[in-house]
Amino acid sequence: MAFGAALLGSGCDLTDIPVLDPKGPIALAERDLLLTAVALMLIVIIPVFFMTFLFAWRYRSSNSNARYTPDWSYSVITDVVVWLVPAVIVMVLGTHLWSNTHKLDPYKPIDVSVRPLEVEVVAQDWKWLFIYPEQGIAVVNQLVFPSQTPLSLKLTSDTVMNSFSIPALGGQIYAMAGMQTRLHLLADAPGTFAGRNMQYSGRGFANQHFEAIAVSQEDFDAWVAKVKQSPTTLDAATYRALAAPTIGHPVTYYSAVEPNLFDTIIAKYARGSGHAGQQAAHETHVGEAQDAR
Amino acid sequence: MLGRLTVDALPFYSWVAMSGALVTVLGGLMVAAGLTWFRQWGNLWSEWLTSLDHKRIGIMYVALAMVMLMRGFIDAIMMRSQQAVSLNSDGYLPPDHFDQIFSSHGTIMIFFMAMPFLTGLINIVVPQQIGARDVAFPFMNSVSLALTAAGAGLVLVSLVIGKFSTAGWTGYPPYSGPEFSPGVGVDYWLWAVLISGVGSTLTGINFVVTILKKRAPGMTLMRMPLFTWTALCTSVLMTFAFPALTVAAGLLALDRLLGMHFFTNAGGGNMMNYVNLLWMWGHPEVYILILPAFGIYSEVVATFSAKRLFGYTSLVYATASIAVLSFTVWLHHFFTMGSSANVNAFFGIATMIIAVPTGVKVFDWLLTMYRGRIEFRPPMLWTLGFIVTFVIGGMSGVLLALPPADYLMHNSTFLVAHFHNMLIPGALFGYFAGYMYWFPKAFGFALDERWGVRSFWCWLIGFYLAFMPLYVLGFMGMPRRMEHYNIALWQPYLIVAALGAVLILIGIIFLLVQLVVSVRQRQGSLDRTGDPWNGRTLEWLTSSPPAPYNFAVLPDVRDIDAFHDMKARGVAYRKPDHYDDIDMPKNSAAGAFLCAFAFLLGFAMVWHIWWMAILFAAATGIVIVARACNDDAEYRLSAADVAAIEDRRYQALANAARMRPTTDQIFANRPLQEGST
Repeated sequence: MAFGAALLGSGCDLTDIPVLDPKGPIALAERDLLLTAVALMLIVIIPVFFMTFLFAWRYRSSNSNARYTPDWSYSVITDVVVWLVPAVIVMVLGTHLWSNTHKLDPYKPIDVSVRPLEVEVVAQDWKWLFIYPEQGIAVVNQLVFPSQTPLSLKLTSDTVMNSFSIPALGGQIYAMAGMQTRLHLLADAPGTFAGRNMQYSGRGFANQHFEAIAVSQEDFDAWVAKVKQSPTTLDAATYRALAAPTIGHPVTYYSAVEPNLFDTIIAKYARGSGHAGQQAAHETHVGEAQDAR
Repeated sequence: MLGRLTVDALPFYSWVAMSGALVTVLGGLMVAAGLTWFRQWGNLWSEWLTSLDHKRIGIMYVALAMVMLMRGFIDAIMMRSQQAVSLNSDGYLPPDHFDQIFSSHGTIMIFFMAMPFLTGLINIVVPQQIGARDVAFPFMNSVSLALTAAGAGLVLVSLVIGKFSTAGWTGYPPYSGPEFSPGVGVDYWLWAVLISGVGSTLTGINFVVTILKKRAPGMTLMRMPLFTWTALCTSVLMTFAFPALTVAAGLLALDRLLGMHFFTNAGGGNMMNYVNLLWMWGHPEVYILILPAFGIYSEVVATFSAKRLFGYTSLVYATASIAVLSFTVWLHHFFTMGSSANVNAFFGIATMIIAVPTGVKVFDWLLTMYRGRIEFRPPMLWTLGFIVTFVIGGMSGVLLALPPADYLMHNSTFLVAHFHNMLIPGALFGYFAGYMYWFPKAFGFALDERWGVRSFWCWLIGFYLAFMPLYVLGFMGMPRRMEHYNIALWQPYLIVAALGAVLILIGIIFLLVQLVVSVRQRQGSLDRTGDPWNGRTLEWLTSSPPAPYNFAVLPDVRDIDAFHDMKARGVAYRKPDHYDDIDMPKNSAAGAFLCAFAFLLGFAMVWHIWWMAILFAAATGIVIVARACNDDAEYRLSAADVAAIEDRRYQALANAARMRPTTDQIFANRPLQEGST
């Protein structure tokens, strides 16, 4: 492939290409599915390349040695082959797709036997707020978590639609006002990864990125303790000020958080519509209540 | 009195916006001055703007598409140059301006470049391919053009008065709602899309009826040329898909104008309802754009391989199944919404199934070349460039159809590379192939081949340079629509992409040069026979350009390649015993008035100038009712007049047969083929 060659030729480090060099099992499985699909499709693509150049050369009008059959327009065998070969490839890919889509459902906990770290994520103009309900802290534009511990994210937006993404760890999910989405990620080892909003959201979109930092459990505990030292707390008034649009908001620590802040943010959009908002405010399970998922 | 319109709407706030406005205004003035200087206003009005001839309407559609291609491409090269320089800096475009540019680029290229281009080609060719004298509803055809042009006009005017939307060509709420986008930008986008969308729905209806009801005797459905088949499927898609867009845009307009809550964050609104509605139109739209190009490739590959199209029946069923399946895959545009694994898997598999008929088509084209006699003229080069490049886009499309892979690549430049990979080689190369293939039919002389070949190579290489780096950047996690970025590693790729855009610019310039050179040298490339390429389908039976009625006597169709068959049987140029009177639609000024009134209505709605909106809504209604009450819509061409026109045609054919070997450079070695296979 042209871009494969470009990658090799540029001599850059694979770590700069998070999708091809994943740092967690989810992203790894997603990448492997990608590569499997490429390999399967080459079964069709390579013959097409080969046939295009071969036929164009061999049957050029100046080559009078080539056979010319101006009325040959049907053959059962080729008809069967051209329908069946792509169909079989799609069937094989389809089974991969079915099992992997279920296995890699972003709502599905990674390992039910391990207690995950729960983080509530709020998209704002143009920054990310991370609330750690168990630790009772909140952070703007920095997501710190222990490696090898599943990260269980609940997401919503307090503005337009955003799409939360840490490509080195796994796929993205939309964050939408009045609704909650889920995402489960895991980092194999400590490291710092780029995270950002992928869905265009206005003037400050280009600056809406953050660092996702996986650390050891001890370092995480130490970091939590450090955040707890912060003089600022996130009460309702501070939150309102924070929610106002800012570009390139600095990393900010809050040592305490208004209780149920995340649910309050979702619920405030539910005014005048009992149904969708209330459903969204509650945890739902995979396969249920599509509008709330 | 003037609603929201004040002098602040003029673009004095930035030199880039000012230049855009100046170019637009000067361009308009130059066209007006040219028309005045050459005294062409009367001609423009009586021969073109009021014409109901499907060929004239088709040519106007293509002309509109070409103008909008320039405009959309200026946006593209501005984005590419901005991203090439905006590492850790704002480049030369502030976010507000960059965001308007990516929004107008997509809007223009989809709605006002690709749509008019394919509609124009369908207009010029389909009635001739099915042996008809006109479309089913000639006046409605001119209304469709009028509404499309009015929408395009709104987008152009937004450069000069006010600003365009920053919400992208898809206009997702809640960003496009009144809370986050209170200005006129989204309204310009909305009314352009609403007005032109109605035009596209009407086009769809018109061609469904034309193709089903106006075919020549003997042309059964399974004898229709492939381009007609793809036009039929595209028209069905237009008829059923565009209303979804009109509804989505209409509801968003209600949110914006009347404070309703269909798609707002609060008040019970849900933005995902908009996203669903939009893509229920949006995915069929992809096939609306691509299917006609597939039809063009099918015609071109058979003609320039001098061979019957391979697997006609398979190609028809593949086309029809793509059209049906296109309505079952819309959710793949938002796998990341958080729907359940079952839902995502269903839409993922439905999407991949489309790859099967598409793969069949590619193989059938290749097998058409197999044991053919291939001539590498520009239409064939576009086709070959398409086949090789399109399969790469198909592959990246199947990757995006896998929900877990899409979670990684969605909204990244990989996605941008993918859909440009489908729409540039898939659709636009096809339109260019059709433009160069049917140009002699429309105008009576051929386009210069050397400049066509040069343009092709610039486009092809430029495409690879511009979009292959975007695939890589997608793997690097670069989102689309970045006004600036802070990762130095991305910059080299973006510089290469910008160079690709420069090469495409040269390709566009060569297209213009080709047109100018060809017009100047037209005496050397006249198409005297109406059949410059030894064609196989009925449009090559008419003279170039065709008489207003296309066929003096409706052809008798006995084979898929009807014209080829007629030449083989030696009856293609047999002079009929007598001619009958022919009824043709009279010119009508109503279409031109509708264009102006719809534009002014849209403008009034954008700026909240209510008296003006009411005035022009009423005027639009009056024009339609007045036209509907007019029973005197046709004129009769007497048999004697037809005979006179046809006698000239047979005289020209006889002369062409005599002159051919010496004078006709382009068409040398192309005898009339009468009686040969």
